[in-house]
Amino acid sequence: MSKAKFKNPVVKWIDHRLPIFSFMDHELNHYPTPKNLNYFWNFGSLAGIALVTMIITGIVLSMNYTAHVDYAFDSVERIMRDVNHGWLIRYIHMNGASFFFIVVYIHIFRGLYYGSYKAPRELLWILGVLILLLMMATAFMGYVLPWGQMSFWGATVITNLFSAIPLVGESIVTWLWGGFSVDNSTLNRFFSLHFVLPFVIVGVVILHLVALHRFGSNNPIGIDVKGTQDTLPFNPYYTIKDLFGLGVFLTIFAAAVFFFPNFMGHPDNYIEANPMVTPAHIVPEWYFLPFYAILRAIPDKLGGVLFMFGSIAVLFVIPWLDRSSVRSSQFRPIFKIFFWILLADCVLLGYLGAMPAEGIYVILSRIATAYYFFHFLILFPLLPYIEKTKPLPISISEPVLSGSSPASAFAFREKK
Amino acid sequence: MKAKPYWLKIKRFIIQSCTILSLFFSSQICFAAGEKITFPKLDWSFSGITGTFDRASQQRGLQVYKEVCAGCHGMRLLAYRNLKAIGYNDDEIKAFASENSVNTLNDDGEVVEREARPSDKFVSPYPNEQAARVANGGAYPPDLSLIIKARSDGANYLHALLTGYVDAPDEQKIPDGMYYNKYYPGKLIGMPQPLYEDGVEYADGTKATPDQMAKDVTAFLAWAAEPEMEDRKRLGISVILFLLVLTILSYFTMKQIWAPIKNR
Repeated sequence: MSKAKFKNPVVKWIDHRLPIFSFMDHELNHYPTPKNLNYFWNFGSLAGIALVTMIITGIVLSMNYTAHVDYAFDSVERIMRDVNHGWLIRYIHMNGASFFFIVVYIHIFRGLYYGSYKAPRELLWILGVLILLLMMATAFMGYVLPWGQMSFWGATVITNLFSAIPLVGESIVTWLWGGFSVDNSTLNRFFSLHFVLPFVIVGVVILHLVALHRFGSNNPIGIDVKGTQDTLPFNPYYTIKDLFGLGVFLTIFAAAVFFFPNFMGHPDNYIEANPMVTPAHIVPEWYFLPFYAILRAIPDKLGGVLFMFGSIAVLFVIPWLDRSSVRSSQFRPIFKIFFWILLADCVLLGYLGAMPAEGIYVILSRIATAYYFFHFLILFPLLPYIEKTKPLPISISEPVLSGSSPASAFAFREKK
Repeated sequence: MKAKPYWLKIKRFIIQSCTILSLFFSSQICFAAGEKITFPKLDWSFSGITGTFDRASQQRGLQVYKEVCAGCHGMRLLAYRNLKAIGYNDDEIKAFASENSVNTLNDDGEVVEREARPSDKFVSPYPNEQAARVANGGAYPPDLSLIIKARSDGANYLHALLTGYVDAPDEQKIPDGMYYNKYYPGKLIGMPQPLYEDGVEYADGTKATPDQMAKDVTAFLAWAAEPEMEDRKRLGISVILFLLVLTILSYFTMKQIWAPIKNR
């Protein structure tokens, strides 16, 4: 532990027996952080804040929510109308889910662009993918709780996917539902799981942070920290930078909550669930649309389910699929181009997921799905054999101090 | 070598964020554009970030609801007491509520009727969905409490629907009990045209054209769907101003803290 000196005798007494203050001093105050992080490194702390916001608003909502098919819809409307500032809590929670996903998706693409998943940070990345998976499960079950039309039909469509599993599929679906259709027992268990999973996420986030602090953050040029000249203490440099980032984030978030609270929702979810009436288009929440597009791109039901889960599963093994030892895209000219193609591909999949599964949309979905898997399964392992990477700088300090692009900093050094 | 001016980096960051956001929002817009029927976009007093409800229009809208819609459509999520928010006083609300009756238990445990009180929810015209369907030739008149939020572009849609009854084209066959409405998905609707010239007599002397009545009832229903809207927008402006000040201050604090590192 660090040799932190505390003046307060109570703090001293406690810290001698339980070194919690030394721990915080070490991990939050002195924690050495690369000095060249850009704003894309703000999204990790933003995701953490989004998670805490969701948990706090969620606990308050659960105090006023009734998990029963006859009362769920009305209890949510009671929160909106009669609970003091209930509308604010619910709109924060509802939009918070979308913003949580926006932040986490940016965080993930940051990791992909700068090669943050590479050795020695493989487990850090894997824990992150696990968090994404848990978030998706939590968000899916949370969307069922208001018991609107999209809640009900979304739950029906997604749980039915498991019926594609050979032999035991139908039994698994019945087991998931706790009955023979999406009904009260389904709503009850989804509420229970929606409440508990965020705390599982907190646990995995703690592991994610432990793994992060083992080697520290990656950085935009992706080379290892060589010594103290390459780092800054987390506080005050990154606490203030994170605060500024949080201010920008909260301003945009507040604009959505206060002025466009239903923009990212679906109008049909303000109609109470009715098992006798199927909506014209059953569309999942926007953050699931790329995966929904992959599901529908495959003509076979089981195949679609496998590809959909495969699109997440492939993320777990990325650290071993990418054979290049160079982390940052800044020094990988071809990889960089394909990164933007992948991003465009994912946005396209999201768009296609919202479109009806017919005509040109099906063909485009298949092409986009094929590219998604091509990118990770073929391009990642083979590219290092073709690509000529740019020379890496000697250390982080050089390009940061000179302020020029890393490659020219290197050239500058060589000329001397 | 001179460090890149900071505003350039900020500019780049803003451009990048805008690109990502616009990609995201454009995908949302495309997905709303799937509808084939387009309806006129009106300039509502409650649209925009500072928009508020027009009390006089809302009160006329309540009158239209009461005299025209309430025969078939309920508003079960609204309580009579909520009408205070659109400018009625306690006595008016009490009188309004007492025109309806609700079931209750007396001391002997028998079901009896009593006058509705301000604390009661709006009494629905039918006891249940089945009764509503039987009375309306199989069609179910939806509850209107949330109708504006439950339809895409709800206010414009409702106004268009209420004024969208036109003569059907010759090739269109109209089944019994159905009506032609150019704005309804599928064009055939179970609801007969509800609004006619001077269908209601407005207390404030406003001319009761179908268009005026449609606007007024939409204003009333928009409030019923989002009774918190005025509070929400007012609070939103304060919150955003606070956050802007916080963000600007933290930006300059950050600049100051980082200055020795950047200029070393």
